Amino acid sequence: MANNAVNATTSAEPSTRSRRAAEFWFYFSENKGAVIGLFVFLLLVVVALLAPLIAPHDPTQQYRDSILVPPFWQEGGSASFLLGSDQVGRDILSRLIYGAQYSLFIGVIVTLLALVGGIVIGVIAGYARGWVDTVIMRVMDIILAFPSLLLALVLVAVLGPGLTNAMIAIALVLQPHFVRLTRAAVMAEKTRDYVTAAKVAGAGHFRLMFVTILPNCMAPLIVQATLSFSNAILDAAALGFLGMGAQPPTPEWGTMLAEAREFILRAWWVVTFPGLAILVTVLAINLVGDGLRDALDPKLKRS
Amino acid sequence: MSETVLSVQNIKRDYHVSGGLFSKARTVHAVKGVSFSVEKGKTLAIVGESGCGKSTLARIITLIDAPTSGSLQIDGQTVDIAQNGLTSDLRRKVQIVFQNPYGSLNPRQKIGDVLGEPLKINTDTPASERRDRAMAMLKKVGLSEEHFNRYPHMFSGGQRQRIAIARALMLNPKLLVLDEPVSALDLSVQAQVLNLLADLQDEFQLTYVFISHDLSVVRYIADEVMVMYFGEAVEYGTRDEVFANPKHSYTQTLFAATPRADVESIRARVAKKRAAA
Repeated sequence: MANNAVNATTSAEPSTRSRRAAEFWFYFSENKGAVIGLFVFLLLVVVALLAPLIAPHDPTQQYRDSILVPPFWQEGGSASFLLGSDQVGRDILSRLIYGAQYSLFIGVIVTLLALVGGIVIGVIAGYARGWVDTVIMRVMDIILAFPSLLLALVLVAVLGPGLTNAMIAIALVLQPHFVRLTRAAVMAEKTRDYVTAAKVAGAGHFRLMFVTILPNCMAPLIVQATLSFSNAILDAAALGFLGMGAQPPTPEWGTMLAEAREFILRAWWVVTFPGLAILVTVLAINLVGDGLRDALDPKLKRS
Repeated sequence: MSETVLSVQNIKRDYHVSGGLFSKARTVHAVKGVSFSVEKGKTLAIVGESGCGKSTLARIITLIDAPTSGSLQIDGQTVDIAQNGLTSDLRRKVQIVFQNPYGSLNPRQKIGDVLGEPLKINTDTPASERRDRAMAMLKKVGLSEEHFNRYPHMFSGGQRQRIAIARALMLNPKLLVLDEPVSALDLSVQAQVLNLLADLQDEFQLTYVFISHDLSVVRYIADEVMVMYFGEAVEYGTRDEVFANPKHSYTQTLFAATPRADVESIRARVAKKRAAA
C-alpha cells in the first residue's frame, strides 16, 4: 500500500518540476533581451569548450612574417588571419577564442568564491545579530568604502601579480555585496513562523541557518551572482590591462588590450576585437541577470 | 487517576526595552505571575485581548523563551531552559501549532519532509520508517497520500493547518500548544479543524493549551478557561463556571461584547429598540 503510494508520488514529481521550469521559462522569456543574452552566453560557453577544435591557430604561435596583418575584408588582409594578427604575428581570432576560456573560468571561480564566502558570513551575521553582526558589517562597510578596482589593485600588489591572485582579490572585493544581501534576507526570514516551528522541532543553529532559512533567500543571491559574474570578468580584464592580472603571453582579453595599447593608431583591430569581446560578454550576462530577476522575484510576477 | 501534565507556578516574563536618545530604558511586564495546571487529556483555554501576554505565555510553555521567574513543570519534571538548556527528550513532550498557516510551513520543503523533519532531528528512525509514519499521520489528519510530495503553496489554509497539526504530532507530544489555530481560517474550515483536534485528543490522550480570543470556539473545545488581562490571570476555572458566572469585570465585558444570534436575544434586542423609539 505504502509502496504503491511512493511509486505514484515519484511519478507525479517530475511533472511538477517540469511545470515549475515551464513557469520559470515563461517569465524569463517575457524579457527578450534576456533570451538574446542567454543565447550569446551559451554560444560563448560552446566556443570556450570547443576552443582547441575551432581555433584556426595556436594562440601563442608567432608568425614572424605576418605581423599586424589587418582583418580579411581589409586591403592586405588574408583569409588565414580572419580578424588579423597582432604585433608579434599571433592570430587574434584564435586568441579571442582561447580568451573566452579564461574569462568564463574567471567568472565562475570568482563568483563561486564570493558567493560561498558571502553567504556563510552573511547568514552568520543575520542569524546571530548582536556584536557578531556589528563587527562583520563594519568590516564589510570598510571594504565597500574603497573603490573596488583600487582595492583589488592593492591586494594584487600585496599578493603579487598573476591570474590566481587577481581572482582572489576580485572575489574579496565582490564579497560584501553578497554578505549584505544574505544578511538582509536572513533577517527577514528568521522571524517567520516556520523557523520557530523548526526550532520547536529541535533543529540546531546550523540546521536552522543553512537548511531551513538559506534556501528561502536564494532568489536575490542568484541574480546578484550573475551580475557579479560579469563584474568579475570586467575587473579581471581591467587588472590584466594594468598588468596586474594574467601575464603575457596568456590570451586573456584584458591582457591582450594592454599589449596592443601602443598600436591603437596604426592597427585598430588589435584593440577593437578584444574590447568588443569583453563588451558583448558582459552585456549578455547582465541581460541574463535582469531576466533572472524578473523571473525569480515573486513581486514582479503577474499571475 | 488524573495526572497533571503541565503545571505553571507564578510565571513572570519581563522584556527590557533599551532606551533611545530621548527615552529611558524601561521594562515591560508581559506576563505578571500566572499560575495554572492542566491534567492529562484536558483542554485549557487561555482567552484575552491582543497584547495581554497570551502568546508570550505560549512561547514560555513551548520552551522557546525562558521565563524571567517562576517555575514550570512538564510531565512532572521541572524545566529550566535558562539554566539547564533543552534536551531532545523534553523537546518531544511539547509542540506548538501557530496561528498563521501561511507562515508556519517552509515554502521550500515538501510536505513529506515537513512531517519527517522532527523525526530526523530527534530520533534515529530510518528513512523508510520516517516515510511510513509521516504517511500515516497525513492520513490521520484527513489528507491523502498524493499530498506527500507537494509543496505548501499548493494547499488551502485549512489543509495547511492540518499539516501543521500533523507535524506537531509527529513526535507524539504529551502537550500541544495551539496558538489561535483556527482564527485565520473561515468558519466552515474552523469547524473541521476543531473537530479534528477533538478527535486527535481522544485518540492520543493529548493535553491542549488552547489560546484564543473567540469565545464560541472556547466554549466548544475547552474544559477549563483562564482569562488574561494585561499580563494577569483575572479569571480561572472550569468552562461552565466561567461562562455561567463570570466574576471579574473584564470577563463580563468580554461576554457582553460577544454577538449573540439566538432567537431569544434577538427578540430582546428588538423589544429594547421598540421601547426606546
